[in-house]
Amino acid sequence: MAKPIALIVLAAAIAAAQEHGYTPADIENGARLYQSSCAGCHGPGGDMVPGTDLQTGQFRRATTDAEVIRIIQSGIPGTTMPPSSFTETQAGSIVAFLRNAATAGRGGRGGAAVKTGNAATGKTLFEGKGACATCHRVGGTGPRLAPDLTDVGLVRGPDELHRKMIDPSALVRPGNRYVEATTRRGAKVSGRLLNQDTFTIQLLDSNERLVSLSRSDVQTFTFVKESPMPSYRDKLTSGELDDLVAYLLTLKGLRP
Amino acid sequence: MRIRAAVSIALVAGTVATAQEVTFDRLLHADREPHNWLTYSGDLAGRRYSLLTQITPANVRNLELQWVFQTRGPAEPTEKFEATPLVVDGVMYTVLAPNHVVALDATTGRLFWMYSPRLSPLARVCCGRVNRGLAVLGDTLFMGTIDGHLIAIDARIGKPIWDVAVSRPELGYSITVAPLVIRDKVIVGPAGGEYGIRGFIAAFDAKSGKEVWRFNTVPGPGELGHDTWPANSDAWRHGGGSIWVTGSYDAELNLLYFGTGNPGPDWNADPRPGANLYTDSVVALNPDTGALKWHYQFTPHDEFDYDATQVPVLADIEWQGRSRKVMLWANRNGFWYVIDRATGEFLRGKPFVRVNWAEGIDETGVPKRVLNATPAGTLVYPNNQGATNWYSPSFSPRAGLFFIPTWMDTYSTYTKGPAEYKEGNQYVGRFPTMTMPALRTGPGNVNTRTPQEGWGAIQAFDAKSGELKWQFKMTDVTDSGILSTASDLVFAGGREGYFFALDARTGAQLWKGSVGGQVSAGPMSYAVGGRQYVAIAAGSALFVYALRQ
Repeated sequence: MAKPIALIVLAAAIAAAQEHGYTPADIENGARLYQSSCAGCHGPGGDMVPGTDLQTGQFRRATTDAEVIRIIQSGIPGTTMPPSSFTETQAGSIVAFLRNAATAGRGGRGGAAVKTGNAATGKTLFEGKGACATCHRVGGTGPRLAPDLTDVGLVRGPDELHRKMIDPSALVRPGNRYVEATTRRGAKVSGRLLNQDTFTIQLLDSNERLVSLSRSDVQTFTFVKESPMPSYRDKLTSGELDDLVAYLLTLKGLRP
Repeated sequence: MRIRAAVSIALVAGTVATAQEVTFDRLLHADREPHNWLTYSGDLAGRRYSLLTQITPANVRNLELQWVFQTRGPAEPTEKFEATPLVVDGVMYTVLAPNHVVALDATTGRLFWMYSPRLSPLARVCCGRVNRGLAVLGDTLFMGTIDGHLIAIDARIGKPIWDVAVSRPELGYSITVAPLVIRDKVIVGPAGGEYGIRGFIAAFDAKSGKEVWRFNTVPGPGELGHDTWPANSDAWRHGGGSIWVTGSYDAELNLLYFGTGNPGPDWNADPRPGANLYTDSVVALNPDTGALKWHYQFTPHDEFDYDATQVPVLADIEWQGRSRKVMLWANRNGFWYVIDRATGEFLRGKPFVRVNWAEGIDETGVPKRVLNATPAGTLVYPNNQGATNWYSPSFSPRAGLFFIPTWMDTYSTYTKGPAEYKEGNQYVGRFPTMTMPALRTGPGNVNTRTPQEGWGAIQAFDAKSGELKWQFKMTDVTDSGILSTASDLVFAGGREGYFFALDARTGAQLWKGSVGGQVSAGPMSYAVGGRQYVAIAAGSALFVYALRQ
């Protein structure tokens, strides 16, 4: 559990360094928007336009987040960088993604060192030997409790996917945390946490239903520390893991 | 599994919201579960009438705000919050402008999930980046987008299942209408009547998103009605006939009804001599095939932007001594109509505001037109926004009353200007002048108009006799829909930023709440755990009320 804590500290450090605090959701949304709208010219790693490397955290024409947001929205006249219809929030999430990629060395480029395998074989493993499809949903098919992987290829790099399969509990995203609660009447509820506040808790329960609990009705509430996902360290060969990663990278959602 | 079943019983009895599968049978018999609100209008008859009776004229003064859901970020003046929420077994689903879908706990407003599709920067909309709501079937939600897509969304986790491009946003096609589900099909059509679109109503397979049929609201060569467009001309290709308000359905007749928008160009009819079918009309279609059964055109050869984009209100009333299946329709053109919904026969058409463009309607249903747009300018009542517009009316079968959100005594000056079609540009003629702003008020004074420049009202008409029963007057006009209930309450709001309850029988004001922003949506009602709620979107937030406990 050391790693998640380190990550949280890291995220806090990034937040402190910028005018805005970036939430993991901002970064993830930014990754989606970047991959779908920016990567066409800038490349998945942000370095395809000669003389421009977006993942260094240094921008030639902008220093502050507000300035980068303005460039994303207005474009750069006289260059091929066009204006966009992104709202400030959307442009801000792209900035969050880029800043995070610069600091954490993740994002689209992060896994250049990981060898990727055969996507078609990976798909077979996903549905067969790996049994990934018994928990994960892709393109509207499959259970809902585990993370939906429909666009995982947009938001995760190969190294991260690889690490996740070796050591699933090492990195559990805030949106994928499992919780258990016991109500004062003695009922047990468990599932994926969707939202919580001082007075209430929202989750997708183990029957895939949207459940809202009032804390005053809840006796115990705990985060499940271990990921329900098994490690594939000894279940799949290194080549098979590469194939699986290759397949996951092809999953780009409905509007890639 | 036994443990799970026990848990779910405990949950239902407790504070927990659970979503169940919504079959078409449930949509068809929404009256069997008045605690839910499963379609845009609450039922397929378009009545916006709730059978819940916990809130009554006697206790409505004890209504109290339960929760508010804020949209994220400041809404632009054009991003009006127009959606009517759906409620399915304790979970509320709604759409924040332009296309952000949320699932909320209907008792607390707490967020389960939010889904925001990436929208094409090419999207263009005449009158606001808006959305009027969702449809549901099974555990799938359906939403149209301002860039002309139809998206199926998993109601449990807020992830898209399929996403189809219905029409081309760069040409001005957008989808703002709440879709309508009939059996296994999702039915939508495009807005864009100011961009020279050619409208259509299309049905998509709910499972796959595949288009099953399409009915062109502007018929092409060889299609019935094409002869109402000029021969040897491409006018029909840009003839309008947009779809932006949800239709209704009669299961016994197996007929689907939709109102259609204005012909293009809006205010210069020179390129399109003829009646211009099926613009400004109601069309009755077979929902399995899209085949036209009948049509009725409210405003032939329109020059005043009088879209017939209103919810068709289906009522069974006594008519000349026998029960008749009719359709009640308060039109933007200032008349309200009774139409036989089996045959399309015109039964009655009466003005419900000051009207000067037509001297009534003849016995065959054709308006006796007296005014046209001219280069010098023509003063026309009602104004360009109409006597009413897309704001949902309501029908109470119990009271026999038809409630209309009304713009009273408004006028526009129509000055015919040049209109040339250019892809993606507005194709309109010349905008008429109005004393009333079409969208919500921007900076500056809010309402300093005299009553002669227009005012707003909720009007109640006896559906059978056509008689005006009462009128609730407001100093400003209203873009609010109306909800009536089986306990004889009427809920509505307006631009002034109030949400209020009236006595359905008398129009007396019984309660009001200040929502601090324009109401541009229809109210709805639902219940969870035996408690009735009333919801209204206003400004940039959703407000939910219930009786004080």
